[in-house]
Amino acid sequence: MIEPILILQMIEAIPIQLMIIFAGLLATVSFIGLNAILLVYLERKVAGFIHRRPGPYEVGPHGILQPFADGLKLVGKQIFTPTGADSFLYWLAPMISMAPALVCFLVIPFGPHLQIFNTNVGMVLILAFTGINVLALCIAGWTSQNKYSLLGAARDISQSVAYEIPLLLSILPIIFMTGTFNLFDIAMKQGSWPWQWFIVYQPLAFIIFFICALAETNRAPFDLPEAESELTAGFHTEYSGMGFALFFLSEYAYMVIAACVTAVLFLGGFHGPGVSGWWWFLAKVYILLLIMIWIRWTFPRVRFDQLLNICWKWLIPLAVINLLVTLLVIAL
Amino acid sequence: MNLDLRLDTSGDFYAQKFQPTKRDDTLILNMGPQHPSTHGVLRILLEIDGEYIVRAEPVLGYIHRMHEKMAEVMSYPQYLPNPARTDYLHALAWGWAHVGAVERIMGIEVPERAEYIRVITCELNRINSHLLWWGAYLLDLGAFTPIMYSFDDREIIMDIMQRITGSRLTYCYYRFGGVSDDIDDRFVNETREQCARMKERFKMYKDLVTDNFILRKRVEEIGEISVQTCRKYGATGPVLRGSGQAYDVRRAEPYSVYDRFDFNIPAYDTCDAMGRYMVRMDEMQESIKIIEQALDSLPQGDFIHPKAPKRAKPPAGDVYFAVEGARGKIGMHLVSDGGKSAYRLKLRAPGFSNLSLFAEVSQGTLISDAVSILGSLDLVIPEIDR
Repeated sequence: MIEPILILQMIEAIPIQLMIIFAGLLATVSFIGLNAILLVYLERKVAGFIHRRPGPYEVGPHGILQPFADGLKLVGKQIFTPTGADSFLYWLAPMISMAPALVCFLVIPFGPHLQIFNTNVGMVLILAFTGINVLALCIAGWTSQNKYSLLGAARDISQSVAYEIPLLLSILPIIFMTGTFNLFDIAMKQGSWPWQWFIVYQPLAFIIFFICALAETNRAPFDLPEAESELTAGFHTEYSGMGFALFFLSEYAYMVIAACVTAVLFLGGFHGPGVSGWWWFLAKVYILLLIMIWIRWTFPRVRFDQLLNICWKWLIPLAVINLLVTLLVIAL
Repeated sequence: MNLDLRLDTSGDFYAQKFQPTKRDDTLILNMGPQHPSTHGVLRILLEIDGEYIVRAEPVLGYIHRMHEKMAEVMSYPQYLPNPARTDYLHALAWGWAHVGAVERIMGIEVPERAEYIRVITCELNRINSHLLWWGAYLLDLGAFTPIMYSFDDREIIMDIMQRITGSRLTYCYYRFGGVSDDIDDRFVNETREQCARMKERFKMYKDLVTDNFILRKRVEEIGEISVQTCRKYGATGPVLRGSGQAYDVRRAEPYSVYDRFDFNIPAYDTCDAMGRYMVRMDEMQESIKIIEQALDSLPQGDFIHPKAPKRAKPPAGDVYFAVEGARGKIGMHLVSDGGKSAYRLKLRAPGFSNLSLFAEVSQGTLISDAVSILGSLDLVIPEIDR
């Protein structure tokens, strides 16, 4: 029998930082889960609204329990590995896709006192960890033993690698203006009112960043790695049950991350008219998510070479010009 | 991935036939018969270099249902519902080709009112077919919403047709010497309302989809089919008209009362997928023009010839009757030996000819473009396989 005092001492021996990160990860997981539930419902309802149909309506009042029904269905599905697939790598891929998304939420400042881990390399951390997702999709496509998956993975790699460049180039002006990679400090440098936000100073960077974020998260009209009319379902063609669900979850998680980063960099983070706080942050994030959903259900898909042309011929030169002009203004 | 799978010769007959290749850096991709953008059970074998198509070969026969043989076994009235099952999207045109052929060989006279009813219903069906093509084509291009809007319109037309014909998709409405049931005032009024509504909807379709920048990039200068290629493969319908030749059976060899109506034959000489897209969008408006004219001048009289034979027994001989379907020229070559059923009935499916040029046109294009070209041909696989 261990004395209660001893247990307390043992707990005290754990570094406080570690405990905060552990609690933060737990909070992050629940945040992602809640967001996914909400987003699944939101996406289907908004799609229904755009299509002029009610959307989910049967499960619960106004279909409110639909995400839970979806989740239960996915959990109940058979876990299936295709013949000839490397089952270790095959099942590793969805986990690799999901894990970095958890880390990214640690550094996002949700409110003035609501940030799990304040670090001065927050932006770099997010860029680095979101980049790992490419690896997951690559492994998933490669080990699925399916030619459609392989094509989807090949598309994803060239798409993600190409779009990381303008993404970075559109963030840099903000970094130079604020002189920090710390997301909390970047948010603090912006005021309460919309004209004090960086979107006013950097409208071009905002547009480029948002387009790149759509492409990086494989959202329509840039959903080429999973173009269902061309490649059936792209890299996740062969995944069933929770394997597919993890890819699905991580797609939504990356969407939320993209919206969060956009809100922090360009829309003043948790600042807003009246009392600043996490409510403003969440409102901004959800408006951005709604715009993403709206775009998805409105536009056709672009072609693969057009996608790369947009990146190399338009976004990168424009981002470079924007960066140079910003630097010139700062220097003067 | 085990790339040696490419050299695996244990595929089926077609895959094995397709295997020999001079290059060793290509991938053979089996697209279909279960693929979202082949619309049914079309199977296409592709040899691809990266995403570029080196070779394409359509494989048919997955939904072959022996409609031609059935004509030889069943009596003429028994065969009446069959043509609607070949091309379920423009069922009435197929039914018309069948009854038209029998009427021509037997010399049955069709009352004027019945001809007008046939024109109205057939054109409504054509609009329905083009609307479904429009939605499905955009689905192929990755836009999900248009199909919902087009089904909204289709639903109304189907409701109108259901009251008169008794079915919603595979209509069996035409009889030898007329139609099975008369239309009433409610049908006329509802059709007029729908025509007025469609005109508004076309404006919205144009704003939402046709003028969309991404769509134009996906269809313009994609899948160029010259008139020579069309002639070589016998392509007709919107595919031929999208290549600049204004050939339409309704105008070229007028049947029924089509020569009394004022309508244009839209043709675009851009030869690309956009041309075919625009032809179909314009055709829907022309169909509405025809319907409105027919409703205005709808004569009174019988809806079926009073002395039309219940059991058709045509004299020995052969006859060819062609109508303009939503996909092109539908032809029926009927050979009769004087018996209760046809000696031979040859169905000319426009989709078959339209598909056959795909192998040539798709060479050197991207997979995405191939999907776009395939969609722009407006294929209905049951019609191709018959």
